[in-house]
Amino acid sequence: MNLMEKRFLDELRTVVDGRGLISSPEELHTYECDGLTNFRVMPLAVLLPSDTQQVQAIVRVCHRERIPFVARGSGTGLSGGALPVENGVVISLARMNRILEVDYANARVVVEPGVINLDVTGRVQPNQYFYAPDPSSQSVCSIGGNVAENSGGAHCLKYGFTTTHVLALEVVLPDGSLVHLGGKCLDMPGYDLMGVFVGSEGTLGIATKVTLRIVKRPECIRTLLAAFDGTNEAGAAVSDIIAAGMLPAAIEMMDNLAIQAAEAAVHPHYPNCGGLLLVELDGPVAEVEALMRDVDAICRKNGAWEVRLAQTDTERMLVWKGRKAAFAAMGRISPNYIVQDGVIPRTALPRVMSEIARLSEETGIRVANVFHAGDGNLHPLVLYDRRIPGQEQAAEKLSYRILELCLEAGGSITGEHGVGEEKKRMMSKMFAEPDLDTMQRVRCAFDPLHLSNPTKVFPTPRLCGEKPGEYVAHPLETAGIAERY
Amino acid sequence: MLGTSIFEENLRAIVGPENLRAGTDADVVCGVLPQFVAEPKDEKQLAAALAIANEAGIAVVPRGGATKLGWGNPPKKADLVLSTVHLNRIVEHVWADLTVTVEAGCTLKSLQKKLAQHGQRLAFDGLWPERATIGGVLSTNDSGALRLRFGALRDLIIGVTIALPDGTLASSGGKVVKNVAGYDLPKLVTGAFGTLGVTTRAVFRLHPLPRATKSFSFIGENFPAMQQHILSIQDSQLAHTSLQIRCGSCELPVADILFEATDAGLAAQESQLRKLLGAASVEHSAETVWNARQDLWKTPTNKTLLAKTSLLPTNIAKTLDSLKTIGDARNVTWRLVLQATGIGMLRLDAAPPQLSAVIEQLRGELQSRGGSLVVLHRPAEPPSIDAWGDAGDSVPLMRALKHQLDPKTTLNPGRFVGGI
Repeated sequence: MNLMEKRFLDELRTVVDGRGLISSPEELHTYECDGLTNFRVMPLAVLLPSDTQQVQAIVRVCHRERIPFVARGSGTGLSGGALPVENGVVISLARMNRILEVDYANARVVVEPGVINLDVTGRVQPNQYFYAPDPSSQSVCSIGGNVAENSGGAHCLKYGFTTTHVLALEVVLPDGSLVHLGGKCLDMPGYDLMGVFVGSEGTLGIATKVTLRIVKRPECIRTLLAAFDGTNEAGAAVSDIIAAGMLPAAIEMMDNLAIQAAEAAVHPHYPNCGGLLLVELDGPVAEVEALMRDVDAICRKNGAWEVRLAQTDTERMLVWKGRKAAFAAMGRISPNYIVQDGVIPRTALPRVMSEIARLSEETGIRVANVFHAGDGNLHPLVLYDRRIPGQEQAAEKLSYRILELCLEAGGSITGEHGVGEEKKRMMSKMFAEPDLDTMQRVRCAFDPLHLSNPTKVFPTPRLCGEKPGEYVAHPLETAGIAERY
Repeated sequence: MLGTSIFEENLRAIVGPENLRAGTDADVVCGVLPQFVAEPKDEKQLAAALAIANEAGIAVVPRGGATKLGWGNPPKKADLVLSTVHLNRIVEHVWADLTVTVEAGCTLKSLQKKLAQHGQRLAFDGLWPERATIGGVLSTNDSGALRLRFGALRDLIIGVTIALPDGTLASSGGKVVKNVAGYDLPKLVTGAFGTLGVTTRAVFRLHPLPRATKSFSFIGENFPAMQQHILSIQDSQLAHTSLQIRCGSCELPVADILFEATDAGLAAQESQLRKLLGAASVEHSAETVWNARQDLWKTPTNKTLLAKTSLLPTNIAKTLDSLKTIGDARNVTWRLVLQATGIGMLRLDAAPPQLSAVIEQLRGELQSRGGSLVVLHRPAEPPSIDAWGDAGDSVPLMRALKHQLDPKTTLNPGRFVGGI
């Protein structure tokens, strides 16, 4: 550590009152990566502010010294969004974990960013409310991280993503100033800056206070399991459910490899089949029961040979436990795995699935599939063994190839995990240069010096002083397929 | 003047002589007569026309169906109206994926008609659907009764293409419902009043048309009682789609509730509603009650002002009380259609000087409780009322954003918050 760095850290230490600064190499190791463990960078220091003023003070010092910073919640992100940047600091919001206000009458809660997702529901459950976005990591991930990534979850098919449930944000901008975006009331005058901030992966500033919408628990929830010979048959059932005009709370699909892994890990007693469908309906009892009969019939019509309705809450929880544990369960059947979360239009499912199967066979690398079938959000789990030379690279290559398949089908490289460090090089395959350039102009309005998580999301940074360029025809326009974004 | 400038020659070369004309009285924007009206035939032409206007320092007003062109502050300058009338294609309705890609100039009604062929809809009930265009409803962030269940347009839009003043055509979002790659620019242009770029096409997630619907209405004996009814419905496990209050000078408030479900579901919901409301008599009502918001706009006089209000549901009674007190004291006729989301449409009829005073007082009260009041329509002889009111501490950031995307303030100068 040089003298300048030492002076910088000494100043920050006074800001966070000594106890909020970590700079010893042993302790810093905890922070060198997030949930995406194959990327690691050692930060200069980690700061643990306990209130908004401390966050502002830290950011002001960083701004003055031109030191980049990365905000971090629980560090569960799967795309490297909280990966430190070289010679930068990490600002952990873990100590800002208070639920500040619960307003049932207006169905709003105000929380600090370090509050754990599931704790919001835990707090409002006694009054039959819940916080809808439910990423699989909800028992450990933080609201601040959810805001950064615009996290989804199995139930966003019906309830929407984090962005639907955030009403207001208090944000420390990259120069240390404080702004309030949105409001407790809807449609505050001005641009929807909150809409841009949610999902910006920490590149536009740090949220220090979040107003969330909570939702009344529906009268009943029913979950159905249906066993099919393969994912194509299960996929056809999904299409028919949608075509019948239903909007289930969740539709999840697992292939045989994923079922085996879940069974080995948490014994959810899934039927051993080629394609398992999990359909959840919620709402008033009379409505749900009428519609569940339709879902049952649709599944059988499409070849389901076993259809089970979870009879009790315990059974329902077990069904979900298997699904939510699916990623972690991969450890039971493979030493290492890569998970992607590309999205495809649901109609492309059979095509993309058979291509994934073909690639898997060709490369000899197994791929387990778990996905949010209702909205086409795939979660291919590419299984490999790091100890076998070359297999990690081959697995990475395959996982990127799967994302290309998603793009070729008209989809997206990420449905909920974010671009982060991992997928930024895929951004120029999904978007044309003018698209990315426009996004970067937005970034320049928030962070002209590129200090806030500067190396993420975009393949190449744009200097904010640059004059906007001349008109260049959109490559997709010239290719005559302008509607393919 | 037409036929003289180099700019005009260039513009004509881009859009063709048949798509360029001089502005007439019918094209006036808040009292400002634009010099030209151009109707490009596709988004490339639109972007090119915008770019040369930007280069020449010509102020541009994007226009769809012109139903809400008076919303916002009057433009400081309006030289060229850029119409999306020819950008009216439904590019792709992938019904099995519940998505649609549509050009900005397509009217809401023709879109809904097409979607209905496959039993689907854009779950949004905008004003004047026969004429209002997709670009217009997005830019003004119009918001109806379906918002309670399906969210606002910001929650339904999943992709957008915009033309920026420098001629860039930029897309963001995509064609799939779930997508977090890159910044969410579809939300940014929603409600931006065309000050950041001209929306040329949008992609939406869709919802199935309901199997059956039923509406009910009930009267509240006073404002606090009505607020209590609304809050207890919102706190119940009823699965209603819309809930609104209609109220005006010298009237008891009436609430309307809409259910969309299967027949079995509707019957159960009805009995639960009756149980919940107890004494309040619940009557089956016609679907036309949902036109109440649009009906406020009927027959405006030179004393009519309309505004969008936003408040917390727990401030419903207080707000209605204020309206009554102010209305009585100042001799103002008022009528409010308020959604359970807290978004309302307010009509005031009074002499213009009174209108200014009422708006100032009411806006002050709403703002002090975290809400807002935005003036949408004011009399032709306008008292000087700012359309927006307080936009908070992020106005400098909004200006920075405007500067990044429209550095020469070509688009709708002066119409938006903080002079943007």
